Amino acid sequence: MNAGTDALEPRRRRSFGDFMERQGHWLIIAPPLIFLIAFFLIPFAFALKISFAETAIHVPPYTDVFSISPDKHINVSLSLANYKYLLTDEVYAVSYMYSLRTAFFSTLICLLLGYPMAYAMSRSSKATQNILLLIIILPFWTSFLLRVYALEGIIRENGLLNTALLRFGLIDHPLKIMRTTVAVYLGIIYSYLPFMVLPLFATLEKLDHTLLEAAADLGNPPWRAFLDITLPLSMPGVIAGSMLVFIPAIGEFVIPSLLGGPDNLMIGRVLWDEFFNNRDWPVASAVAIAFLVLLAGPIALYQHYHVKDMES
Amino acid sequence: MSERFSPVLFSILCFGIAVLYIPILVLIGYSFNASALVNVWGGFSTTWYWELLHNRPILNAAALSLEIGIVASSGAVILGTLAAIALTRYRTFRGRLLLTGMVNAPLVMPEVITGITQLLLFVAMLQSFGWPHRGFTTIIIAHIGFCTAYVTITVQSRLQSADRSLEEAAMDLGSGPVRAFIDTTLPIIAPALAAGWLLSFTLSLDDLVISSFVSGPGASTLPMVIYSKVKLGLSPDVNALASIIIVLVGGCVILAGYVMRRAERKRLLEIQMADR
Repeated sequence: MNAGTDALEPRRRRSFGDFMERQGHWLIIAPPLIFLIAFFLIPFAFALKISFAETAIHVPPYTDVFSISPDKHINVSLSLANYKYLLTDEVYAVSYMYSLRTAFFSTLICLLLGYPMAYAMSRSSKATQNILLLIIILPFWTSFLLRVYALEGIIRENGLLNTALLRFGLIDHPLKIMRTTVAVYLGIIYSYLPFMVLPLFATLEKLDHTLLEAAADLGNPPWRAFLDITLPLSMPGVIAGSMLVFIPAIGEFVIPSLLGGPDNLMIGRVLWDEFFNNRDWPVASAVAIAFLVLLAGPIALYQHYHVKDMES
Repeated sequence: MSERFSPVLFSILCFGIAVLYIPILVLIGYSFNASALVNVWGGFSTTWYWELLHNRPILNAAALSLEIGIVASSGAVILGTLAAIALTRYRTFRGRLLLTGMVNAPLVMPEVITGITQLLLFVAMLQSFGWPHRGFTTIIIAHIGFCTAYVTITVQSRLQSADRSLEEAAMDLGSGPVRAFIDTTLPIIAPALAAGWLLSFTLSLDDLVISSFVSGPGASTLPMVIYSKVKLGLSPDVNALASIIIVLVGGCVILAGYVMRRAERKRLLEIQMADR
Protein backbone atom coordinates (compact mmCIF):
# COMPACT_ATOMS: atom_id res chain seq x y z
CA MET A 1 0.00 0.00 0.00
CA ASN A 2 2.68 2.42 1.12
CA ALA A 3 5.08 1.26 -1.53
CA GLY A 4 2.39 1.80 -4.16
CA THR A 5 1.78 5.44 -3.27
CA ASP A 6 5.48 6.11 -2.93
CA ALA A 7 6.04 4.84 -6.42
CA LEU A 8 3.27 7.02 -7.76
CA GLU A 9 4.23 10.10 -5.81
CA PRO A 10 7.34 11.30 -7.69
CA ARG A 11 5.67 11.09 -11.10
CA ARG A 12 2.57 12.95 -10.07
CA ARG A 13 4.65 15.53 -8.31
CA ARG A 14 6.91 16.04 -11.28
CA SER A 15 4.09 16.64 -13.72
CA PHE A 16 2.35 18.91 -11.23
CA GLY A 17 5.68 20.64 -10.63
CA ASP A 18 6.17 21.06 -14.35
CA PHE A 19 2.77 22.58 -14.66
CA MET A 20 3.52 24.96 -11.78
CA GLU A 21 6.85 25.79 -13.32
CA ARG A 22 5.27 26.80 -16.60
CA GLN A 23 1.90 28.18 -15.58
CA GLY A 24 2.11 28.64 -11.80
CA HIS A 25 2.78 32.34 -12.07
CA TRP A 26 -0.78 32.80 -13.29
CA LEU A 27 -1.98 31.77 -9.83
CA ILE A 28 -0.29 34.93 -8.60
CA ILE A 29 -1.01 37.21 -11.53
CA ALA A 30 -4.59 36.24 -12.29
CA PRO A 31 -6.46 37.30 -9.11
CA PRO A 32 -5.42 40.98 -9.11
CA LEU A 33 -5.50 41.17 -12.91
CA ILE A 34 -9.01 39.73 -13.18
CA PHE A 35 -10.32 41.78 -10.25
CA LEU A 36 -8.99 45.04 -11.65
CA ILE A 37 -10.20 44.29 -15.17
CA ALA A 38 -13.66 43.43 -13.85
CA PHE A 39 -14.07 46.30 -11.41
CA PHE A 40 -11.81 49.02 -12.74
CA LEU A 41 -11.55 48.63 -16.52
CA ILE A 42 -14.91 47.17 -17.55
CA PRO A 43 -16.84 49.92 -15.69
CA PHE A 44 -15.48 52.38 -18.24
CA ALA A 45 -17.07 50.32 -21.01
CA PHE A 46 -20.40 50.62 -19.22
CA ALA A 47 -20.00 54.35 -18.80
CA LEU A 48 -19.20 54.63 -22.49
CA LYS A 49 -22.29 52.60 -23.39
CA ILE A 50 -24.62 54.56 -21.16
CA SER A 51 -23.26 57.87 -22.38
CA PHE A 52 -24.94 56.94 -25.69
CA ALA A 53 -28.25 56.12 -24.03
CA GLU A 54 -31.14 58.45 -23.36
CA THR A 55 -32.59 59.42 -20.04
CA ALA A 56 -35.70 57.46 -19.16
CA ILE A 57 -38.03 57.31 -16.24
CA HIS A 58 -37.52 53.79 -15.05
CA VAL A 59 -35.00 51.78 -13.06
CA PRO A 60 -32.20 52.20 -14.01
CA PRO A 61 -32.91 55.67 -15.43
CA TYR A 62 -31.68 55.22 -19.01
CA THR A 63 -32.75 53.50 -22.22
CA ASP A 64 -31.18 50.35 -23.60
CA VAL A 65 -28.45 50.89 -26.14
CA PHE A 66 -28.54 47.29 -27.29
CA SER A 67 -31.85 45.49 -27.51
CA ILE A 68 -32.93 42.25 -29.13
CA SER A 69 -36.00 42.59 -31.27
CA PRO A 70 -38.53 39.72 -31.56
CA ASP A 71 -36.99 38.65 -34.89
CA LYS A 72 -33.63 38.08 -33.14
CA HIS A 73 -31.92 41.12 -34.50
CA ILE A 74 -29.78 43.20 -32.22
CA ASN A 75 -30.87 46.76 -32.36
CA VAL A 76 -28.32 49.39 -31.53
CA SER A 77 -29.65 52.82 -30.77
CA LEU A 78 -26.75 55.15 -30.22
CA SER A 79 -27.74 58.62 -29.25
CA LEU A 80 -25.19 61.37 -29.57
CA ALA A 81 -27.60 63.76 -27.88
CA ASN A 82 -25.65 63.78 -24.60
CA TYR A 83 -22.39 64.78 -26.26
CA LYS A 84 -24.15 67.43 -28.34
CA TYR A 85 -25.65 68.71 -25.13
CA LEU A 86 -22.20 68.97 -23.55
CA LEU A 87 -21.08 71.12 -26.47
CA THR A 88 -24.15 73.35 -26.56
CA ASP A 89 -24.62 74.04 -22.85
CA GLU A 90 -21.66 76.20 -22.04
CA VAL A 91 -21.61 75.27 -18.35
CA TYR A 92 -19.53 72.18 -19.21
CA ALA A 93 -16.84 73.98 -21.19
CA VAL A 94 -16.73 76.77 -18.61
CA SER A 95 -16.42 74.39 -15.68
CA TYR A 96 -13.75 72.35 -17.45
CA MET A 97 -11.65 75.43 -18.19
CA TYR A 98 -12.22 76.67 -14.66
CA SER A 99 -11.07 73.31 -13.24
CA LEU A 100 -7.94 73.34 -15.40
CA ARG A 101 -7.07 76.89 -14.39
CA THR A 102 -7.67 76.28 -10.70
CA ALA A 103 -5.66 73.05 -10.75
CA PHE A 104 -2.83 74.70 -12.68
CA PHE A 105 -2.39 77.68 -10.38
CA SER A 106 -2.78 75.66 -7.20
CA THR A 107 -0.15 73.22 -8.49
CA LEU A 108 2.16 76.14 -9.21
CA ILE A 109 1.71 77.58 -5.71
CA CYS A 110 2.19 74.11 -4.18
CA LEU A 111 5.42 73.79 -6.14
CA LEU A 112 6.68 77.23 -5.07
CA LEU A 113 5.91 76.44 -1.43
CA GLY A 114 6.81 72.75 -1.53
CA TYR A 115 10.16 73.01 -3.31
CA PRO A 116 11.91 75.10 -0.62
CA MET A 117 10.34 72.86 2.04
CA ALA A 118 11.63 69.70 0.37
CA TYR A 119 15.00 71.36 -0.24
CA ALA A 120 15.35 72.39 3.41
CA MET A 121 14.39 68.85 4.44
CA SER A 122 16.96 67.30 2.13
CA ARG A 123 19.73 69.46 3.65
CA SER A 124 18.90 68.51 7.26
CA SER A 125 20.64 65.82 9.25
CA LYS A 126 19.31 62.28 9.01
CA ALA A 127 17.62 62.43 12.41
CA THR A 128 15.86 65.73 11.65
CA GLN A 129 14.90 64.35 8.25
CA ASN A 130 13.06 61.41 9.78
CA ILE A 131 11.09 63.67 12.09
CA LEU A 132 10.26 66.14 9.30
CA LEU A 133 9.23 63.28 7.05
CA LEU A 134 6.81 62.02 9.69
CA ILE A 135 5.45 65.56 10.10
CA ILE A 136 4.78 65.82 6.36
CA ILE A 137 3.38 62.30 6.03
CA LEU A 138 1.00 62.56 8.98
CA PRO A 139 -1.48 64.96 7.31
CA PHE A 140 -1.38 62.67 4.26
CA TRP A 141 -2.91 59.95 6.44
CA THR A 142 -5.39 62.25 8.11
CA SER A 143 -8.89 62.25 6.69
CA PHE A 144 -9.11 64.46 3.62
CA LEU A 145 -12.71 65.41 4.36
CA LEU A 146 -11.90 66.34 7.94
CA ARG A 147 -8.91 68.45 6.90
CA VAL A 148 -11.07 70.42 4.49
CA TYR A 149 -13.59 70.84 7.28
CA ALA A 150 -10.81 71.98 9.64
CA LEU A 151 -9.70 74.60 7.12
CA GLU A 152 -13.21 76.04 7.15
CA GLY A 153 -12.72 76.76 10.85
CA ILE A 154 -9.73 78.96 9.98
CA ILE A 155 -11.00 80.91 6.99
CA ARG A 156 -14.67 81.42 7.78
CA GLU A 157 -15.91 84.90 8.55
CA ASN A 158 -15.49 84.54 12.32
CA GLY A 159 -12.64 82.06 12.03
CA LEU A 160 -9.15 82.19 13.46
CA LEU A 161 -7.60 84.14 10.57
CA ASN A 162 -10.12 86.97 10.63
CA THR A 163 -10.14 87.11 14.43
CA ALA A 164 -6.36 87.41 14.50
CA LEU A 165 -6.17 90.00 11.72
CA LEU A 166 -8.91 92.10 13.38
CA ARG A 167 -7.26 91.86 16.77
CA PHE A 168 -3.95 93.11 15.39
CA GLY A 169 -5.74 95.88 13.56
CA LEU A 170 -4.54 94.76 10.15
CA ILE A 171 -8.06 94.83 8.72
CA ASP A 172 -11.25 96.69 9.66
CA HIS A 173 -13.77 94.24 8.33
CA PRO A 174 -13.54 90.47 8.28
CA LEU A 175 -12.24 89.14 4.97
CA LYS A 176 -14.72 87.19 2.95
CA ILE A 177 -12.82 84.04 2.03
CA MET A 178 -15.34 81.22 2.42
CA ARG A 179 -17.41 80.50 -0.69
CA THR A 180 -14.93 82.27 -2.95
CA THR A 181 -12.29 81.19 -5.43
CA VAL A 182 -9.58 82.00 -2.88
CA ALA A 183 -11.06 79.41 -0.50
CA VAL A 184 -10.92 76.77 -3.23
CA TYR A 185 -7.24 77.59 -3.89
CA LEU A 186 -6.41 77.48 -0.20
CA GLY A 187 -8.26 74.19 0.13
CA ILE A 188 -6.38 72.54 -2.71
CA ILE A 189 -2.97 73.85 -1.60
CA TYR A 190 -3.59 72.85 1.99
CA SER A 191 -4.84 69.37 1.08
CA TYR A 192 -2.32 68.49 -1.60
CA LEU A 193 0.89 70.06 -0.27
CA PRO A 194 2.24 66.75 1.15
CA PHE A 195 1.76 65.12 -2.29
CA MET A 196 4.10 67.75 -3.70
CA VAL A 197 6.71 67.72 -0.94
CA LEU A 198 7.20 63.94 -0.69
CA PRO A 199 8.28 63.17 -4.31
CA LEU A 200 10.39 66.35 -4.35
CA PHE A 201 12.13 65.32 -1.16
CA ALA A 202 12.71 61.81 -2.55
CA THR A 203 14.63 63.16 -5.56
CA LEU A 204 16.43 65.97 -3.73
CA GLU A 205 17.61 63.58 -1.04
CA LYS A 206 19.32 61.36 -3.61
CA LEU A 207 21.08 64.34 -5.17
CA ASP A 208 24.85 64.13 -5.23
CA HIS A 209 26.04 67.10 -3.19
CA THR A 210 29.62 66.80 -4.39
CA LEU A 211 28.39 68.22 -7.71
CA LEU A 212 27.31 71.38 -5.93
CA GLU A 213 30.61 71.60 -4.08
CA ALA A 214 32.46 71.17 -7.37
CA ALA A 215 30.40 73.99 -8.88
CA ALA A 216 31.21 76.21 -5.89
CA ASP A 217 34.93 75.35 -6.15
CA LEU A 218 34.85 76.43 -9.77
CA GLY A 219 33.60 79.81 -8.64
CA ASN A 220 29.91 79.54 -9.45
CA PRO A 221 27.55 81.48 -7.22
CA PRO A 222 25.00 79.29 -5.36
CA TRP A 223 22.04 80.40 -7.47
CA ARG A 224 23.95 79.43 -10.59
CA ALA A 225 24.71 75.99 -9.19
CA PHE A 226 21.06 75.63 -8.23
CA LEU A 227 19.82 76.48 -11.73
CA ASP A 228 22.43 74.37 -13.50
CA ILE A 229 22.56 71.34 -11.25
CA THR A 230 19.91 71.02 -8.55
CA LEU A 231 16.89 72.09 -10.58
CA PRO A 232 17.55 69.91 -13.66
CA LEU A 233 18.39 66.90 -11.52
CA SER A 234 15.23 67.31 -9.44
CA MET A 235 12.95 67.48 -12.50
CA PRO A 236 11.59 63.93 -12.00
CA GLY A 237 10.41 64.98 -8.53
CA VAL A 238 8.97 68.23 -9.87
CA ILE A 239 7.00 66.36 -12.52
CA ALA A 240 5.82 63.58 -10.20
CA GLY A 241 4.76 66.06 -7.49
CA SER A 242 3.03 68.38 -9.95
CA MET A 243 1.10 65.52 -11.54
CA LEU A 244 0.06 64.15 -8.15
CA VAL A 245 -1.42 67.57 -7.36
CA PHE A 246 -2.64 68.67 -10.77
CA ILE A 247 -4.57 65.59 -11.94
CA PRO A 248 -6.64 64.90 -8.81
CA ALA A 249 -7.18 68.64 -8.29
CA ILE A 250 -8.94 68.95 -11.67
CA GLY A 251 -11.51 66.38 -10.62
CA GLU A 252 -11.78 67.62 -7.04
CA PHE A 253 -15.28 67.52 -5.59
CA VAL A 254 -15.10 67.92 -1.82
CA ILE A 255 -13.11 71.18 -1.81
CA PRO A 256 -15.25 73.24 -4.24
CA SER A 257 -18.38 71.77 -2.69
CA LEU A 258 -17.53 72.62 0.92
CA LEU A 259 -15.36 75.74 0.56
CA GLY A 260 -16.38 77.18 -2.81
CA GLY A 261 -19.35 79.31 -3.70
CA PRO A 262 -21.97 78.73 -6.38
CA ASP A 263 -19.66 80.14 -9.10
CA ASN A 264 -16.83 77.75 -8.29
CA LEU A 265 -18.13 75.12 -10.65
CA MET A 266 -15.44 72.54 -11.01
CA ILE A 267 -16.06 69.60 -13.31
CA GLY A 268 -16.21 67.08 -10.46
CA ARG A 269 -18.96 69.09 -8.84
CA VAL A 270 -20.88 69.41 -12.11
CA LEU A 271 -20.73 65.65 -12.59
CA TRP A 272 -21.90 65.08 -9.01
CA ASP A 273 -24.84 67.47 -9.41
CA GLU A 274 -25.79 65.95 -12.77
CA PHE A 275 -25.88 62.54 -11.14
CA PHE A 276 -27.35 63.18 -7.70
CA ASN A 277 -29.46 66.31 -8.19
CA ASN A 278 -30.63 66.04 -11.80
CA ARG A 279 -30.50 62.23 -11.75
CA ASP A 280 -29.40 62.35 -15.38
CA TRP A 281 -27.17 59.28 -15.60
CA PRO A 282 -26.52 59.36 -19.36
CA VAL A 283 -25.37 63.00 -19.28
CA ALA A 284 -23.27 62.30 -16.17
CA SER A 285 -21.67 59.36 -18.02
CA ALA A 286 -20.98 61.54 -21.03
CA VAL A 287 -19.35 64.15 -18.75
CA ALA A 288 -17.21 61.41 -17.19
CA ILE A 289 -16.13 60.02 -20.58
CA ALA A 290 -15.37 63.45 -22.05
CA PHE A 291 -13.47 64.37 -18.90
CA LEU A 292 -11.48 61.13 -19.03
CA VAL A 293 -10.53 61.72 -22.67
CA LEU A 294 -9.28 65.19 -21.78
CA LEU A 295 -7.35 63.78 -18.81
CA ALA A 296 -5.75 60.98 -20.83
CA GLY A 297 -2.77 63.15 -21.78
CA PRO A 298 -1.71 64.17 -18.25
CA ILE A 299 -2.40 60.65 -16.89
CA ALA A 300 -0.30 59.04 -19.64
CA LEU A 301 2.51 61.49 -18.88
CA TYR A 302 2.35 60.61 -15.19
CA GLN A 303 2.29 56.87 -15.95
CA HIS A 304 5.27 57.26 -18.26
CA TYR A 305 7.41 58.93 -15.61
CA HIS A 306 6.12 56.79 -12.78
CA VAL A 307 6.72 53.47 -14.52
CA LYS A 308 10.19 54.57 -15.58
CA ASP A 309 10.89 55.53 -12.00
CA MET A 310 9.66 52.19 -10.62
CA GLU A 311 11.70 50.18 -13.13
CA SER A 312 14.96 51.90 -12.28
CA MET B 1 24.88 65.92 5.73
CA SER B 2 25.36 68.93 7.95
CA GLU B 3 22.48 71.22 8.75
CA ARG B 4 23.21 74.35 6.84
CA PHE B 5 20.51 76.19 5.03
CA SER B 6 19.49 79.78 4.94
CA PRO B 7 17.00 81.25 7.42
CA VAL B 8 14.68 81.89 4.46
CA LEU B 9 14.47 78.18 3.65
CA PHE B 10 14.02 77.38 7.31
CA SER B 11 11.14 79.86 7.69
CA ILE B 12 9.40 78.56 4.55
CA LEU B 13 9.65 75.03 5.96
CA CYS B 14 8.17 76.20 9.27
CA PHE B 15 5.45 78.14 7.48
CA GLY B 16 4.52 75.10 5.38
CA ILE B 17 4.34 72.88 8.44
CA ALA B 18 2.27 75.50 10.29
CA VAL B 19 -0.15 75.65 7.34
CA LEU B 20 -0.53 71.88 7.52
CA TYR B 21 -1.07 71.69 11.27
CA ILE B 22 -2.82 74.83 12.53
CA PRO B 23 -6.29 73.99 11.16
CA ILE B 24 -6.21 70.54 12.73
CA LEU B 25 -4.99 71.84 16.10
CA VAL B 26 -7.65 74.55 16.10
CA LEU B 27 -10.30 71.97 15.30
CA ILE B 28 -9.20 69.78 18.19
CA GLY B 29 -9.16 72.85 20.46
CA TYR B 30 -12.70 73.80 19.50
CA SER B 31 -13.96 70.26 20.11
CA PHE B 32 -13.54 71.04 23.84
CA ASN B 33 -15.56 74.22 23.58
CA ALA B 34 -18.54 74.21 25.95
CA SER B 35 -20.43 76.67 23.77
CA ALA B 36 -22.47 75.38 20.86
CA LEU B 37 -21.63 78.57 18.98
CA VAL B 38 -18.54 78.01 16.92
CA ASN B 39 -17.14 81.51 17.34
CA VAL B 40 -17.54 81.85 21.10
CA TRP B 41 -15.25 80.18 23.58
CA GLY B 42 -17.50 79.00 26.39
CA GLY B 43 -14.91 77.25 28.52
CA PHE B 44 -13.48 73.75 28.55
CA SER B 45 -15.93 70.89 28.31
CA THR B 46 -16.17 67.35 27.03
CA THR B 47 -19.93 67.62 26.40
CA TRP B 48 -19.66 67.01 22.66
CA TYR B 49 -17.75 63.79 23.18
CA TRP B 50 -20.47 62.45 25.49
CA GLU B 51 -23.12 63.62 23.05
CA LEU B 52 -21.56 61.42 20.36
CA LEU B 53 -22.30 58.32 22.42
CA HIS B 54 -26.02 59.00 22.07
CA ASN B 55 -25.95 59.86 18.39
CA ARG B 56 -27.38 56.74 16.75
CA PRO B 57 -26.80 57.71 13.08
CA ILE B 58 -23.15 58.54 13.75
CA LEU B 59 -22.54 55.37 15.77
CA ASN B 60 -24.17 53.21 13.08
CA ALA B 61 -22.20 54.92 10.35
CA ALA B 62 -18.98 54.49 12.31
CA ALA B 63 -19.67 50.78 12.78
CA LEU B 64 -20.40 50.37 9.07
CA SER B 65 -17.26 52.26 8.09
CA LEU B 66 -15.06 50.20 10.41
CA GLU B 67 -16.52 46.97 9.08
CA ILE B 68 -16.02 48.05 5.46
CA GLY B 69 -12.52 49.29 6.26
CA ILE B 70 -11.41 45.99 7.82
CA VAL B 71 -12.82 43.80 5.04
CA ALA B 72 -11.71 46.06 2.19
CA SER B 73 -8.16 46.57 3.43
CA SER B 74 -7.69 42.85 4.09
CA GLY B 75 -8.88 42.09 0.56
CA ALA B 76 -6.65 44.83 -0.83
CA VAL B 77 -3.59 43.49 1.00
CA ILE B 78 -4.09 40.05 -0.58
CA LEU B 79 -4.68 41.34 -4.11
CA GLY B 80 -2.09 44.10 -3.83
CA THR B 81 0.62 41.74 -2.58
CA LEU B 82 -0.10 39.31 -5.42
CA ALA B 83 0.06 42.17 -7.91
CA ALA B 84 3.33 43.42 -6.42
CA ILE B 85 4.88 39.95 -6.61
CA ALA B 86 3.65 39.59 -10.19
CA LEU B 87 5.16 42.93 -11.21
CA THR B 88 8.53 42.49 -9.50
CA ARG B 89 9.12 38.78 -10.16
CA TYR B 90 7.71 38.22 -13.62
CA ARG B 91 9.27 40.58 -16.09
CA THR B 92 7.32 39.35 -19.09
CA PHE B 93 3.78 38.10 -19.11
CA ARG B 94 0.77 38.92 -21.17
CA GLY B 95 -1.10 41.75 -19.49
CA ARG B 96 1.89 43.13 -17.58
CA LEU B 97 1.49 46.58 -19.07
CA LEU B 98 -2.24 46.44 -18.42
CA LEU B 99 -1.70 45.45 -14.79
CA THR B 100 0.90 48.20 -14.31
CA GLY B 101 -1.52 50.75 -15.73
CA MET B 102 -4.48 49.57 -13.67
CA VAL B 103 -2.41 49.55 -10.49
CA ASN B 104 -1.17 53.11 -10.96
CA ALA B 105 -4.24 54.72 -12.50
CA PRO B 106 -6.39 54.91 -9.34
CA LEU B 107 -3.75 57.16 -7.76
CA VAL B 108 -4.53 59.93 -10.22
CA MET B 109 -8.01 58.99 -11.46
CA PRO B 110 -10.58 61.53 -10.25
CA GLU B 111 -12.84 59.85 -7.74
CA VAL B 112 -16.00 61.10 -9.41
CA ILE B 113 -15.10 59.15 -12.55
CA THR B 114 -14.20 55.94 -10.71
CA GLY B 115 -17.37 56.28 -8.66
CA ILE B 116 -19.79 56.77 -11.51
CA THR B 117 -18.27 54.09 -13.75
CA GLN B 118 -18.30 51.50 -10.97
CA LEU B 119 -21.88 52.35 -10.08
CA LEU B 120 -22.95 51.80 -13.70
CA LEU B 121 -21.26 48.39 -13.67
CA PHE B 122 -22.96 47.39 -10.42
CA VAL B 123 -26.36 48.47 -11.72
CA ALA B 124 -25.85 46.46 -14.91
CA MET B 125 -24.66 43.44 -12.90
CA LEU B 126 -27.66 43.63 -10.62
CA GLN B 127 -29.95 43.70 -13.65
CA SER B 128 -28.28 40.68 -15.25
CA PHE B 129 -27.25 38.49 -12.30
CA GLY B 130 -29.30 39.86 -9.41
CA TRP B 131 -26.06 40.64 -7.53
CA PRO B 132 -24.62 42.78 -5.95
CA HIS B 133 -27.17 44.97 -4.22
CA ARG B 134 -25.97 48.51 -3.74
CA GLY B 135 -24.64 49.05 -0.24
CA PHE B 136 -22.17 47.14 1.90
CA THR B 137 -20.99 44.76 -0.87
CA THR B 138 -20.58 47.35 -3.60
CA ILE B 139 -18.72 49.75 -1.30
CA ILE B 140 -16.32 46.95 -0.31
CA ILE B 141 -15.63 46.00 -3.93
CA ALA B 142 -15.02 49.64 -4.86
CA HIS B 143 -12.72 50.20 -1.88
CA ILE B 144 -10.71 47.04 -2.58
CA GLY B 145 -10.21 48.45 -6.07
CA PHE B 146 -8.47 51.68 -5.12
CA CYS B 147 -6.76 50.32 -1.98
CA THR B 148 -5.15 47.52 -4.02
CA ALA B 149 -3.27 50.21 -5.93
CA TYR B 150 -1.76 51.69 -2.78
CA VAL B 151 -0.86 48.27 -1.33
CA THR B 152 0.81 47.21 -4.58
CA ILE B 153 3.02 50.29 -4.65
CA THR B 154 3.96 49.97 -0.97
CA VAL B 155 4.81 46.26 -1.25
CA GLN B 156 6.48 46.61 -4.66
CA SER B 157 9.17 48.98 -3.41
CA ARG B 158 9.90 46.67 -0.49
CA LEU B 159 10.03 43.55 -2.67
CA GLN B 160 12.52 45.19 -5.00
CA SER B 161 14.96 45.52 -2.12
CA ALA B 162 14.33 41.96 -0.87
CA ASP B 163 17.13 39.55 -1.65
CA ARG B 164 15.79 36.80 -3.87
CA SER B 165 18.83 34.57 -3.26
CA LEU B 166 17.55 33.73 0.24
CA GLU B 167 14.43 32.25 -1.27
CA GLU B 168 16.44 30.35 -3.87
CA ALA B 169 18.68 29.01 -1.12
CA ALA B 170 15.63 27.77 0.79
CA MET B 171 14.36 26.07 -2.37
CA ASP B 172 17.76 24.44 -2.95
CA LEU B 173 17.52 23.09 0.58
CA GLY B 174 14.28 21.38 -0.38
CA SER B 175 11.53 23.83 0.50
CA GLY B 176 8.66 24.16 -1.93
CA PRO B 177 8.24 27.57 -3.57
CA VAL B 178 5.37 28.59 -1.27
CA ARG B 179 7.21 27.42 1.85
CA ALA B 180 10.40 29.18 0.73
CA PHE B 181 8.48 32.39 0.15
CA ILE B 182 6.77 32.23 3.55
CA ASP B 183 10.06 31.48 5.37
CA THR B 184 12.33 34.00 3.69
CA THR B 185 10.62 36.79 1.74
CA LEU B 186 7.41 37.17 3.74
CA PRO B 187 9.17 38.29 6.96
CA ILE B 188 11.06 40.91 4.95
CA ILE B 189 7.96 42.37 3.29
CA ALA B 190 5.73 41.98 6.38
CA PRO B 191 6.20 45.62 7.47
CA ALA B 192 5.09 46.74 3.99
CA LEU B 193 2.02 44.53 4.26
CA ALA B 194 1.19 46.11 7.61
CA ALA B 195 1.76 49.59 6.23
CA GLY B 196 -0.36 48.77 3.17
CA TRP B 197 -3.16 47.47 5.34
CA LEU B 198 -3.12 50.57 7.54
CA LEU B 199 -3.00 52.90 4.56
CA SER B 200 -5.91 51.05 2.94
CA PHE B 201 -7.85 51.15 6.18
CA THR B 202 -7.49 54.92 6.56
CA LEU B 203 -8.28 55.49 2.86
CA SER B 204 -11.37 53.33 3.11
CA LEU B 205 -12.44 55.03 6.34
CA ASP B 206 -12.06 58.42 4.64
CA ASP B 207 -13.62 57.82 1.25
CA LEU B 208 -16.65 59.98 0.53
CA VAL B 209 -17.01 60.32 -3.22
CA ILE B 210 -16.73 56.73 -4.46
CA SER B 211 -18.82 55.43 -1.54
CA SER B 212 -21.55 57.97 -2.22
CA PHE B 213 -21.84 56.82 -5.83
CA VAL B 214 -21.84 53.07 -5.26
CA SER B 215 -23.81 53.03 -2.02
CA GLY B 216 -27.50 52.36 -1.90
CA PRO B 217 -30.32 53.47 0.36
CA GLY B 218 -29.68 52.73 4.03
CA ALA B 219 -25.91 52.29 3.77
CA SER B 220 -24.38 55.53 4.99
CA THR B 221 -20.71 55.45 5.85
CA LEU B 222 -19.15 57.84 8.36
CA PRO B 223 -17.81 60.30 5.76
CA MET B 224 -21.25 60.43 4.14
CA VAL B 225 -22.87 61.36 7.46
CA ILE B 226 -20.11 63.88 8.24
CA TYR B 227 -20.39 65.43 4.80
CA SER B 228 -24.12 65.96 5.06
CA LYS B 229 -23.71 67.55 8.51
CA VAL B 230 -20.80 69.75 7.41
CA LYS B 231 -22.71 70.86 4.32
CA LEU B 232 -25.15 72.51 6.75
CA GLY B 233 -22.34 74.36 8.54
CA LEU B 234 -19.91 73.76 11.39
CA SER B 235 -21.24 71.60 14.15
CA PRO B 236 -19.63 70.97 17.53
CA ASP B 237 -20.25 67.23 17.57
CA VAL B 238 -18.45 66.87 14.23
CA ASN B 239 -15.50 68.67 15.86
CA ALA B 240 -15.42 66.03 18.59
CA LEU B 241 -15.81 63.16 16.14
CA ALA B 242 -13.12 64.60 13.86
CA SER B 243 -10.73 64.99 16.79
CA ILE B 244 -11.22 61.36 17.81
CA ILE B 245 -10.58 60.12 14.27
CA ILE B 246 -7.54 62.36 13.77
CA VAL B 247 -5.91 61.41 17.08
CA LEU B 248 -6.64 57.70 16.56
CA VAL B 249 -5.29 57.61 13.02
CA GLY B 250 -2.32 59.80 13.90
CA GLY B 251 -1.47 57.60 16.87
CA CYS B 252 -1.71 54.44 14.75
CA VAL B 253 0.56 55.92 12.08
CA ILE B 254 3.21 57.00 14.58
CA LEU B 255 3.05 53.61 16.29
CA ALA B 256 3.27 51.77 12.97
CA GLY B 257 6.23 53.91 11.94
CA TYR B 258 7.96 53.17 15.23
CA VAL B 259 7.34 49.41 15.00
CA MET B 260 8.53 49.30 11.39
CA ARG B 261 11.71 51.21 12.17
CA ARG B 262 12.46 48.94 15.10
CA ALA B 263 11.90 45.83 12.97
CA GLU B 264 14.15 47.27 10.28
CA ARG B 265 16.90 48.10 12.77
CA LYS B 266 16.68 44.61 14.25
CA ARG B 267 16.94 43.07 10.79
CA LEU B 268 20.00 45.17 9.89
CA LEU B 269 21.60 44.23 13.21
CA GLU B 270 20.99 40.55 12.54
CA ILE B 271 22.51 40.87 9.08
CA GLN B 272 25.57 42.53 10.60
CA MET B 273 25.84 39.77 13.21
CA ALA B 274 25.53 37.12 10.53
CA ASP B 275 28.23 38.76 8.43
CA ARG B 276 30.69 38.83 11.28
